[in-house]
Amino acid sequence: MTEPLLQVRDLRVHFPLRGRGGVVKAVDGVSFNVPAGRTVALVGESGCGKSTTAYAILGLEPATSGEVRFDGRDITRLDRAGRRALAGDMQIVFQDPSAALDPKMTIADSIGEPLAIQGWKSAAAARRVFAVMDLVGLPASFAGRTPNALSGGQRQRVVIARALALSPRLLVLDEPVSALDVSIRSQILNLLMNLQAELGLAYLFISHDLSVVRHIADEILVMYLGTIAERGLTDPVFAAPTHPYTEALLSAIPLPDPVAQRRRRRIVLTGDLPSPLAIPPGCPFATRCPLAQPRCVEVRPVLAPSPSGQAACLVRIPAADPDAATRAAQR
Amino acid sequence: MSAASPPAADAPLLVVDDLAVTINGASVVDGVSLSLRRGRVLALVGESGCGKSLTALSILGLLPKAARRVRGRVTLDGQDLTALDERALARVRGDQASVIFQEPVASLNPLMRVGDQVAEALRLHRGLTGEEARREAVAMLTRVGIPDAERRAEAYPFELSGGMCQRVMIAAALVCQPKLLIADEPTTALDVTVQAQILGLMHGLRAEAGATILLITHDMGVVAEMADDVAVMYGGRIVESGPVEELFADPAHPYTRLLLATIPRLDGRRKEHLRTIEGVVPTADQWPDGCRFRSRCPLAADICSRTPPLEPVRSAVRRAACWRTAEAAALA
Ligand SMILES: Nc1ncnc2c1ncn2[C@@H]1O[C@H](COP(=O)(O)OP(=O)(O)OP(=O)(O)O)[C@@H](O)[C@H]1O
Ligand SMILES: Nc1ncnc2c1ncn2[C@@H]1O[C@H](COP(=O)(O)OP(=O)(O)OP(=O)(O)O)[C@@H](O)[C@H]1O
Ligand code: SF4
Ligand SMILES: [Mg+2]
Ligand SMILES: [Mg+2]
Repeated sequence: MTEPLLQVRDLRVHFPLRGRGGVVKAVDGVSFNVPAGRTVALVGESGCGKSTTAYAILGLEPATSGEVRFDGRDITRLDRAGRRALAGDMQIVFQDPSAALDPKMTIADSIGEPLAIQGWKSAAAARRVFAVMDLVGLPASFAGRTPNALSGGQRQRVVIARALALSPRLLVLDEPVSALDVSIRSQILNLLMNLQAELGLAYLFISHDLSVVRHIADEILVMYLGTIAERGLTDPVFAAPTHPYTEALLSAIPLPDPVAQRRRRRIVLTGDLPSPLAIPPGCPFATRCPLAQPRCVEVRPVLAPSPSGQAACLVRIPAADPDAATRAAQR
Repeated sequence: MSAASPPAADAPLLVVDDLAVTINGASVVDGVSLSLRRGRVLALVGESGCGKSLTALSILGLLPKAARRVRGRVTLDGQDLTALDERALARVRGDQASVIFQEPVASLNPLMRVGDQVAEALRLHRGLTGEEARREAVAMLTRVGIPDAERRAEAYPFELSGGMCQRVMIAAALVCQPKLLIADEPTTALDVTVQAQILGLMHGLRAEAGATILLITHDMGVVAEMADDVAVMYGGRIVESGPVEELFADPAHPYTRLLLATIPRLDGRRKEHLRTIEGVVPTADQWPDGCRFRSRCPLAADICSRTPPLEPVRSAVRRAACWRTAEAAALA
């Protein structure tokens, strides 16, 4: 059996807060794989640790513990030369589109930057720049323009072109369409699907938009406060989610259909997200969970097999109780 | 009709008539007319830059300095707001009509306790004393679902989550029981589960208090959930309007039809090619003559170089501004 292209094992990224004491456990024990040519989506609400997970994979944020493997090789703690070598295999499209491009650089120079860093000769680099511009549907006449002369959708094409310049096998896409208007969003989603089909790229696709995720992803990971609440193949998770948080998320998607929307039962969560500085010891979702039992406040559930994949919920999946798991192992 | 006659009970609460706004000579709102009946929710929907916020800001005389209202009249409950001076308008704002702005955290005063921010309107418009105003403010914070409001009233905005700040904004907007609430993207900056809470809160306000809401959003899902009526904007103009169910069931304007078709559906075929609208929205100084959607419209023909009027289409309560609505059904 071939190994998955990207493997993330029990990744933790903790931010100690200077002065005040305390630690933000932004990512707290996350494991998953991204197989070659597939799209795995990381979803969840603001602050749940999606971007931090991405940064740790790219080595832009040091992992507190855990392991990241690319193509079977441990890349958790690479030096600068190692990172540079890896840039040809793995690239990221950052969340903030306005910060992603240098306003003073031309489009061609922005796209060619990773090539220059890798020491490409200028003639070869120029050919490659025009090839990837063509790939993402940017007219060659844009090469000499600066980003402010481009629309939001065109700028996002530039950012994707730059990420593709070194022919990576994995693209980490952090909210690649969130800042775009709906009519432009579908253009970029089509582009991403086409590129994957043509080039066999793997995507780690980060988004809080579940309709988009359902459309594009093969597999979905639902994060909540630094941990994975539920994971599984897209169809079963959307058809019948196991975790009450996933259920609430799916029921909260506003459907662009007044008839269906008015017929739908919506789960409205009460309670507040705990402070990331004081995540409770039990289930992180317990403060807002409609199913919470006393045990949920005490014991942190672990991911256990569910009908739709894996879920970490004590009430829905008894095997998610770590004590039950230990007892079963002892027997 | 004489100027003195009182408005009939079923007369619309808000009427916007032929509003036009320019910025540096560029036409950013052009001929917008709206009519909002009491107890109804009208959604103004469209993509970024189409003129939604400027339309809303014009209603209460809050246009930014660069912008100029060059045409149009706004009537609230029979009163011509465009005839009022700044002092009279300030009395209307927060009292008869209030606005919730796009950025909840940025719109609150960071240096003022949230309870005081809610109480301020009561002191200003209702002449309540400090203690009375504080008590009513806490009651209002409780009504919008802030737990432990007595204590939270003492908090500063940075100590509250985005959803909590948005509730504070809503409490401040509603505390004087305005006739009209203008909500500009009230949930855009929020997570979906928090959005669901705020939309639930707005549903409650309608049911209990019969609130009349002008809801501005770019999210067709939020429109479908909240609105009775919809007005779709493109390039500073209303291109289509009508009751929400009729309009979604069979959009008449090519733009509305395509816009709805580009959104991935939860029941759609996964990984399928999505519909797109080719090209980009031109900048406000580069609209084509005639129909402003012409440069992106797959149905565009010679006649489209003349401006299509917003005319009845499909049913007596619907309007669209397009020469070729008969052909639009085949689009998507
Ligand atoms: N450098 C840092 N120092 C301290 N805390 C941090 C740092 N970076 C991120 N955090 C915290 O870690 C948590 C996770 O943040 P992250 O940016 O990964 O969330 P996210 O899921 O990407 O959210 P969003 O959807 O808003 O982009 C948050 O509580 C955030 O405040
Ligand atoms: N203060 C300003 N100065 C200059 N131009 C402005 C200003 N405010 C708005 N505009 C321009 O006017 C047009 C309409 O803007 P408006 O804010 O009404 O759009 P909107 O529909 O609310 O968009 P969004 O969905 O992004 O909030 C845009 O082209 C915008 O760039
Ligand atoms: S008027 Fe013409 S260009 Fe405008 S939407 Fe209708 S068909 Fe398209
Ligand atoms: Mg992020
Ligand atoms: Mg706006």
